[in-house]
Amino acid sequence: MTSTETGVYAPPRARLPVPSLRTDRWWVPPLLTVVGLSIFVIYATFRAFQQNYYWVGDYHYLTPFYSPCMSNGCLEGAAHFGRFLPDHPLVPYAALSLPLLLLFRLTCYYYRKAYYRSFWLSPPACAVPEPHSRYTGETRLPLILQNVHRYFFYAAVIISVINTYDAILAFHSPDGGFGLGLGNFILVGNVVLLWCYTLSCHSCRHVTGGRLKHFSKHPVRYWLWTKVSLLNTRHMEFAWITIGTLILTDLYVFLVASGAITDLRIIG
Amino acid sequence: MTEVERHNYDVVVIGAGGAGLRAAIEARQRGLTTAVICKSLFGKAHTVMAEGGCAASMGNVNSNDSWQVHFRDTMRGGKFLNNWRMAELHAKEAPDRVWELETYGALFDRTEDGRISQRNFGGHTYPRLAHVGDRTGLELIRTMQQKIVSLQQEDKAEFGDYEAKLKVFQECTITELLKDDSGAISGAFGYWRESGRFVLFETGAVIMATGGIGKSFQVTSNSWEYTGDGHALAARTGASLINMEFVQFHPTGMVWPPSVKGILVTEGVRGDGGVLKNSEGKRFMFDYVPDVFKGQYAETEEEADRWYTDPDNNRRTPDLLPRDEVARAINTEVKEGRGSPHGGVYLDIASRMPDEEIKRRLPSMYHQFKELADVDITAEPMEVGPTCHYVMGGIEVDPDTGESTVPGLFAAGECSGGMHGSNRLGGNSLSDLLVFGRRAGLGAANYVESLERKPVVLQSDIDAAARSAVSPFEPAEGEGARENPYTLQHELQQTMNDLVGIIRTADEIERALGRLAEIRSRVRNVVVEGHRQFNPGWHLAIDLRNMMVVSEAVAKAALLRTESRGGHTRDDFPMLDSDWRNRLLSCRVSGEDQVVPDVVVEPKEQVPMRQDLLELFELSELEKYYTEAELTTHPAAQGDTA
Amino acid sequence: MSYKGQFRVWRGDSDGGSLEDFEVEVNEGEVVLDIIHRLQATQAPDLAVRWNCKAGKCGSCSAEVNGRPQLLCMTRMSLFDKDEVITVTPMRAFSVVRDLVTDVSYNYEKAREVQAFTPPEKLQPGEYRMQQEDVQRSQEFRKCIECFLCQDTCHVVRDHEENKLEFSGPRFLMRIAELEMHPLDAADRRDTAQDDHGLGYCNITKCCTEVCPENIKITDNALIPMKERVAGRRYDPVVWLGNKLFKRGK
Repeated sequence: MTSTETGVYAPPRARLPVPSLRTDRWWVPPLLTVVGLSIFVIYATFRAFQQNYYWVGDYHYLTPFYSPCMSNGCLEGAAHFGRFLPDHPLVPYAALSLPLLLLFRLTCYYYRKAYYRSFWLSPPACAVPEPHSRYTGETRLPLILQNVHRYFFYAAVIISVINTYDAILAFHSPDGGFGLGLGNFILVGNVVLLWCYTLSCHSCRHVTGGRLKHFSKHPVRYWLWTKVSLLNTRHMEFAWITIGTLILTDLYVFLVASGAITDLRIIG
Repeated sequence: MTEVERHNYDVVVIGAGGAGLRAAIEARQRGLTTAVICKSLFGKAHTVMAEGGCAASMGNVNSNDSWQVHFRDTMRGGKFLNNWRMAELHAKEAPDRVWELETYGALFDRTEDGRISQRNFGGHTYPRLAHVGDRTGLELIRTMQQKIVSLQQEDKAEFGDYEAKLKVFQECTITELLKDDSGAISGAFGYWRESGRFVLFETGAVIMATGGIGKSFQVTSNSWEYTGDGHALAARTGASLINMEFVQFHPTGMVWPPSVKGILVTEGVRGDGGVLKNSEGKRFMFDYVPDVFKGQYAETEEEADRWYTDPDNNRRTPDLLPRDEVARAINTEVKEGRGSPHGGVYLDIASRMPDEEIKRRLPSMYHQFKELADVDITAEPMEVGPTCHYVMGGIEVDPDTGESTVPGLFAAGECSGGMHGSNRLGGNSLSDLLVFGRRAGLGAANYVESLERKPVVLQSDIDAAARSAVSPFEPAEGEGARENPYTLQHELQQTMNDLVGIIRTADEIERALGRLAEIRSRVRNVVVEGHRQFNPGWHLAIDLRNMMVVSEAVAKAALLRTESRGGHTRDDFPMLDSDWRNRLLSCRVSGEDQVVPDVVVEPKEQVPMRQDLLELFELSELEKYYTEAELTTHPAAQGDTA
Repeated sequence: MSYKGQFRVWRGDSDGGSLEDFEVEVNEGEVVLDIIHRLQATQAPDLAVRWNCKAGKCGSCSAEVNGRPQLLCMTRMSLFDKDEVITVTPMRAFSVVRDLVTDVSYNYEKAREVQAFTPPEKLQPGEYRMQQEDVQRSQEFRKCIECFLCQDTCHVVRDHEENKLEFSGPRFLMRIAELEMHPLDAADRRDTAQDDHGLGYCNITKCCTEVCPENIKITDNALIPMKERVAGRRYDPVVWLGNKLFKRGK
């Protein structure tokens, strides 16, 4: 815990016996964050290494956790971009995209706030002391690497395009023609929200226009910036919503692919 | 001998609001060592409360504007009692002062072509107020604060010390100005609020920039700092104060809840389209256009509404009459039973423009009502009423240099008098600070450079000042009850508010003077508890003496002026009297009592307006204010007789 | 409508102090600062508190109410239950002077270290032309009333006194962002933000934004954009590689 001589206990500061006088339940938000993020990480890890039930051949549903499917172990129909990764239990079928997506979220300005607060307790809540005796923030390795967030953003854009492609291919019926089912709504909804999360990213805001000194000289980029800025105010919401939709989408494909449920078909 | 921390500066500026900072910038740029002293933290001065804007005839929005038009508006607003030379300098120099701020880093709102945007305001013929939303004062103070930092950075680069030439002494109160045996300023004595320790500034020139006196009134938009320190210190040093009877009551202050009563609602609300309504929903201002303004304001609601978009072909709404007129109108409506539930009238912007527009144009008003009164101004009207806002009176100064009648004592901003005559136009305060702050800085610099020897501070004066400052801790034995400073302050505020407020009569003023005399006798018995370290009771006990002096000056001058003009309304003399136009009331202190001296008031003549300025007005307009004898030199008058 | 409110106010100085209990009258529509003033006028005449405008415009009356950094003049009593004990303490990131007054000189020192607005060389006063959309970002930051609540709540200095040396705090990192985005400022402030003012210490946990009484989006609009600009200059591998390969750089 905090030494008795530093921080809010440093001698020239007002002597108070308790680290925080907050009377509200400040520990609730960090606790919910821990629960929420843990569920996602556990579920995602399980599914990434399961190497099964990711593709519904009849309707061409591919779960985002296996897109793009590039392992030699991938089912042929699921692999839209070739198969070349070794088929090994420790190599997820989407081993090219998953680490990038993980790093995109890990270095995301919102998630950073979330886990710094809830897992690292730095600080657990505003005006509640953190339990570390030293703090250097993002000034040195490894946390200084958070600064390359924008590269993971670029990767996330490419992967979002692939996810979009997957969602379009999924309008498929067993006879080879156009098909439509509940799964399509889920896949499309998920992709739309993934785009919202990706485009509302702070790095996206920077590259579209934030880096400019004179908006008036770049009207198109200014327009883009205002739209991204609008999305950006809801970046946190999209971060949580997409965790939900990713689990939901994957679970749906999982259940349909495993035969536990059947897709609700509207056409074909 | 008293233990005192000593400092030596070429120029000492008391007050770190707009005028003080602008003066300090000028003195330092002239190469003089300069100290800025303020009662609060640096950057908290009352200038931050100015909302609407800073008047300057840049002509960015309407190119018909010019210094002459601004000059005419200012004189009209002040009912021709203004010091015309100050009004002239002000109108001519304001644009340069505003542009200068941009080179310090200020970011005003912009026009389409990238210039500084300007907005309409009461009494100004054209859109003239440079502004930043409704927080223009904050922009000014921050800009000049940052300019001071910039100058300090230059000094750091040159001398290795940020404070080599320019230092801010914050949370420091000056209690006494000192003079040498020739009668010239030699220093300023005060204490650190934090420690209570005494401090002495030895200097040849003091610039007063302490702001106003509004804290002497109960319902006021002014903060605790506005205790008239500059007025009282200057008077006690021998300077004269003029126009003290003219106190501006801003027409729109908050009236509910009680704890925020008096807090300002910017005139920008009306400038941007808000209208005043009584409890019957009537836009009553159309009934209150006085004769002197007849023909200059819209006569129907339709015309008034057209004016916002087409000002060239329509006359402006009477909601934007000068502040004194609007304040009196609201007062009458409430008195006659057409007020709102909490004793004000309604100011409606909600029904006049879309929600988003209101939030964009008046963000801090939206915020203020939401947070303090739980009122959503985009959905319901505000309740507003008059609040003490500004004192037109102040230290009598030379228009060009800001020097008072005491050698070495200069003044600028609200604590100086003359510029605004009997009533100040909204937006003319911020420009006043800049124009005359700079001029006082220059005036002081020239004065100091011309001194053959630096005036000397007398040890006996230091000892006397120190004794006087700590006297509230050591009450005289056996004399009367021990008085609480908070109680006395409250009684003083109540007296001034009720009896020397927005509408005055001889009878009430005389009662006020009686009560003031009684309070004065009790001020000597004020006792404070505790020790000198950051003790607000002690601070108030000292400020209270200044409030006494300025309150007496206001009341005595108000009793003498037997007419109604601008910020001085006598119910028993309701008309403008041309014989009074040229007479200024000059207040000085006299008598034995050093702590709260007596105030005497004497009339004096104003210098007649220069011919070329006089000719800027139509004879028909001047005739409303001047006596016939005064106008014989006007070309139109000469034409008549020929 | 008035009732007796229960208050605990910290009283003392840098040598020590404690929370003292008071029972004070509370009326409709009042804010915490009204109560402090009533205490001064009736029970504790020498209770030290800073305040000025009482309208949330000057940023003087910063303190902590029930452990939360707030302006006393903007904290309405109606937020609390009538039987709730309300604890008022000075800001806990700064040294205390007396009672609710703290020594905020850290902030003024940091303000002085931010290189001032650097005017463009060729423009004379009156020749400045800027578009509204170009000044809008900096204008948001200039709403700052310097209440220093963000500085008070920021754990970088609140919990680590030693970081005050290298970290200027949200207020002044925002000031750097303001100048960096000023359309006519001639200086490049990216390196100094990182090297001299400790932008890297910020872990964007957003407490500064949470406590800002002016509702300035300090983190999203100033600190993160500033981090991105610094990243573009310092941590962008492509830029770094380009500089290495073509021997560019400073």
